[in-house]
Amino acid sequence: MQVRRNIECAGTGGCPGSRMEEGMERFYTQEIPKTDRIPKLVEHLFAKMPEIESARAVLLTESYQETEGQPIVMRRAKAFAHILDNIPIIIRDGELVVGSTTIAPRGCQTYPEFSFEWLEAEFDTVEHRTADPFYISEKTKEDLRKVHKYWKGKTTSELATSYMAPETLKAMEHNMFTPGNYFYNGVGHVTVKYEKVLEIGYRGIINEAKELLDQCNFGDGDYATRSRFLQAVIISCEAVIRYANRYALLAAQMAQKEKDPARKAELAQIAKNCSRVPENGATSFWEACQSFWFVQQLLQIESSGHSISPGRFDQYMYPYYKADLDKGVITRSDAQELIDCIWVKLNDLNKCRDAASAEGFAGYSLFQNLIVGGQNKEGLDVTNDLSFMCISASAHVFLPQPSLSIRVWNGSPQALLLKAASLTRTGIGLPAYYNDEVIIPSLMSRGLTLQDAREYNIIGCVEPQKAGKTEGWHDAAFYNMCRPLEVVFESGYDKGEFIGVATKPVEEMTSFEEFYDAYKAQMNYFISLLVNADNSIDVAHATLCPLPFESCMVDDCMKRGKSLQEGGAVYNFTGPQGFGVANMADALYAVKTLVFDEKKVTMAELKRALKLNFGKGLDDVSVGDMAIGIIRGMQAQGIAVGNEDVAKVVAQIRSMDISEADKKRFGEILEMIDQVPKFGNDDEVVDAFARDVAYTYTKPLQYYKNPRGGMFQAGLYPVSANVPLGAQTGATPDGRLAHTPVADGVSPSAGKDVHGPTAAANSVARLDHGIASNGTLFNQKFHPTALSGEKGLDNFVALIRSYFDQKGSHMQFNVVSRETLLDAQAHPENYKHLVVRVAGYSALFTTLSKSLQDDIIRRTEQGWK
Amino acid sequence: MEYLETKGRIFDIQRYSIHDGTGIRTIVFLKGCVLRCRWCCNPESQEYGIQTMMVQGKPKIIGRDVTVREVMETVEKDRPYYRRSGGGLTLSGGESLCQPLFARDLLHAAKAIGIPTALESMACAKYEVIESILPYLDQYLMDIKHMNPQKHKEFTGRSNELMLENARRVAASGQTELIIRVPVIPTFNDTPEEIREIARFADKLPGVRRIHLLPYHRLGQDKYDGLGRDYLMKDILPPTNEHMDMLKRVVQENSRLICQIGG
Repeated sequence: MQVRRNIECAGTGGCPGSRMEEGMERFYTQEIPKTDRIPKLVEHLFAKMPEIESARAVLLTESYQETEGQPIVMRRAKAFAHILDNIPIIIRDGELVVGSTTIAPRGCQTYPEFSFEWLEAEFDTVEHRTADPFYISEKTKEDLRKVHKYWKGKTTSELATSYMAPETLKAMEHNMFTPGNYFYNGVGHVTVKYEKVLEIGYRGIINEAKELLDQCNFGDGDYATRSRFLQAVIISCEAVIRYANRYALLAAQMAQKEKDPARKAELAQIAKNCSRVPENGATSFWEACQSFWFVQQLLQIESSGHSISPGRFDQYMYPYYKADLDKGVITRSDAQELIDCIWVKLNDLNKCRDAASAEGFAGYSLFQNLIVGGQNKEGLDVTNDLSFMCISASAHVFLPQPSLSIRVWNGSPQALLLKAASLTRTGIGLPAYYNDEVIIPSLMSRGLTLQDAREYNIIGCVEPQKAGKTEGWHDAAFYNMCRPLEVVFESGYDKGEFIGVATKPVEEMTSFEEFYDAYKAQMNYFISLLVNADNSIDVAHATLCPLPFESCMVDDCMKRGKSLQEGGAVYNFTGPQGFGVANMADALYAVKTLVFDEKKVTMAELKRALKLNFGKGLDDVSVGDMAIGIIRGMQAQGIAVGNEDVAKVVAQIRSMDISEADKKRFGEILEMIDQVPKFGNDDEVVDAFARDVAYTYTKPLQYYKNPRGGMFQAGLYPVSANVPLGAQTGATPDGRLAHTPVADGVSPSAGKDVHGPTAAANSVARLDHGIASNGTLFNQKFHPTALSGEKGLDNFVALIRSYFDQKGSHMQFNVVSRETLLDAQAHPENYKHLVVRVAGYSALFTTLSKSLQDDIIRRTEQGWK
Repeated sequence: MEYLETKGRIFDIQRYSIHDGTGIRTIVFLKGCVLRCRWCCNPESQEYGIQTMMVQGKPKIIGRDVTVREVMETVEKDRPYYRRSGGGLTLSGGESLCQPLFARDLLHAAKAIGIPTALESMACAKYEVIESILPYLDQYLMDIKHMNPQKHKEFTGRSNELMLENARRVAASGQTELIIRVPVIPTFNDTPEEIREIARFADKLPGVRRIHLLPYHRLGQDKYDGLGRDYLMKDILPPTNEHMDMLKRVVQENSRLICQIGG
């Protein structure tokens, strides 16, 4: 094999166009081609629509019925063991790394202990819905209906609801925020200590648990809970070992029957691997891959959490790769194939969400974030061969999972960034780029040690944390920053119901400060309700769904004798994400400019213009909202309202004529709003304003505590919820029409940034990314010509570095031409494998709903004129 | 610092330009040109006078008078990108040399604060004018459109002797990195012979190492309608990629120049 080793300019800038030069040997950067096996695995995976299976739910329920009255942590462990001992297993054609949660490729199990009612209600629609459809057989429906009877009144979502304040429930009904993620599902959002399992295996962990158990004194105050937790860990780990042995047996049986000698040998080796790991430490790279996979897969059988993130795969896998390479027992090509196989497997896992959440997390995404590059705990760059091979793997499989990320700092090798940029250029939307220089101090400001902060990885979309020490609750809720402004215009009311703070009627306000203070008052109130919602859910998880298997791989659960859910982790956070920063910055700035500074528009006019959607027509949602408002008003006056009255009110609203004079004035107001400078155009005044507006969310949040003893920290990113939650938001004073998407993450509003990518990046960098320690998300879309040639890649890397020099935290890119996306909408059959960047993740374009597709097409395309 | 107060007339500033000079650049388009190239993709640049052009159905004023200081405020904004990419300020037009003092002072102002400079120009001016800006110029992207004086005059309105002479003198000065750019226009200069002549000429210029072949495009066509002018090249199709590759080979076979297609 031709071996070329490269080193690049030190990456401190000032070396434009310099290419890799022969010289010092640091890492292998050359492309290793994919084998024929990989496209076959991919094809097999995508042959059919994903399917819902019932095995897990049935086995879980059987076990629960037998363990009534026992400590919950023991019940969890026994149920996990019962599932692993009995769930059907399969080895798919050509696999080198085995372990499948469902018999059907890309299928999913269900998790009734968290919630089930939505699924039962959607049995007949789930196959035909626009976002993430799943096939479900009549047999499966019947099985699930049967077990669901058991779960009535026993789920985390029901318990959480009963913990919430009535005000919170009312605010949620009014879509002020959505804690749907953990409300209906497991938490996930964790990176465990993969390296520990690779090193000592579950046998090692069992031994640790046994030692800790021996050290417990019967008289200890926490003996009851501590001892049961440790026993639950042992039960769980033993079950995992038995599960791997089931695979060993299956592989051996298949090997016996196999005619093809090459495949026979592979199956025999798979059998050996599975009988050795994850019980014991891995002794080869292949074993390490298999061991990694069981951890990754089984975490997702224990709970339905998503964003279970492999983290720094290039770091913890490297010793096994290096040892095999040095011993000469593996070639780089072999290693690449194994990594590619894992990449395919990461797309085999799936999850069915309720229809509304599916819109917010569109694209069958599990957000398994895997990051390469960056520093070690001593601050040295630790890019290695695997960092490059991971990037190649994403190019080879060309699938949305894993959510590949790359850490960038001043010492990042230019060669790694160019390699990453060449993947970006394919249009897959991977990798996402993260800035060490912002994230490390940001995490330290939240109490991480310097050493831990330097070893951060990303969870899910954009959320940084220290692996194996953190229960971060990183995706705790969607908070739509536009909604409190709507409530300001109604003095605390929404749809005729009082849900907020009684702020002054806007028509009576005499200064912008007064208006802005009213916004802050509503923000603060709804943030407190958001905290109430999250903390209620948190308590419900600790009470009903502690996860002993997950907990045994995060410090210091074992030593503290407590699950993650009960506060066993070293670092505990809750990170709900706000979005709509750009809309609120533009909206508040427009109000300040037009109503108070220039006095061109009165507050009464603006209020009316918003209510009537600037005269651009009212859709059914607006009509419905207005009708509810009027009816509630009538009821408040003691008028009995019957069905015919409702119909009358609706008819009245529908036939309401907006006068020509009004229409003209609304048009003028829209035109004036359009002329007010907007965030995203490198205007320091507006940008400073946006920074302050973002603080209305990020600052109050950090003073709240969660039940695990940690703090709240804000993120500014939307997943893909800016589209469905925008559909619940009326017109806003930035000129955004009712029910259209709001801005994603910290990006400027779509189409409002008109001075190119550098101007937009400069604006976004002026926000305080450090305080949003749960992550920020900045999307840019480039036309493919902007990245063409070596020069295109150089300039692209320079753009990222320059944004990061200015303290931006995250950047991601869509490199697909508008024409391609429009064509894919028209002819989805030709674009089955078109992957695009949605929010903090990539997804297959054709699986997204039409409105989300439109939103992606609308994002400002940065290229050359 | 008097140079900061020099006034001039521009019609656009385009940030994040990656096709005109090294790295990520900010291009300032100066208004007014001596030539009238039939294929010109910026027809609104030709007149020095301020004009109204219809853009997507709306009238747009083309041209504004600004000081060097005002322009530099925008140029300065992308300094982080210049630092990482080796980019900087590029003057384009029009023909920047039609506003010699303004062009000189813009370049001077950029160099004075450490921003690299480039100029995209036909060199259609007295050499004294060019000489006055050379001390402030890192990269000269000089158009050479044709070696035949008659044909040059027919398609651009001016003969080429002055420009070729200036090319020789700029190269001889050794004060700037000279790069030759050839807009490849079907029916005008897209034969192998014509490109070969230009390449041979460029190859003889001392210090010149690079030549760019810029394929004709029609992105400026709507602007002719917007200005109420006829577009004389309506029926001309852009050269194919294969044709451009062929011309690139012609350059490589007839010179030692590094040839790239596109800027």
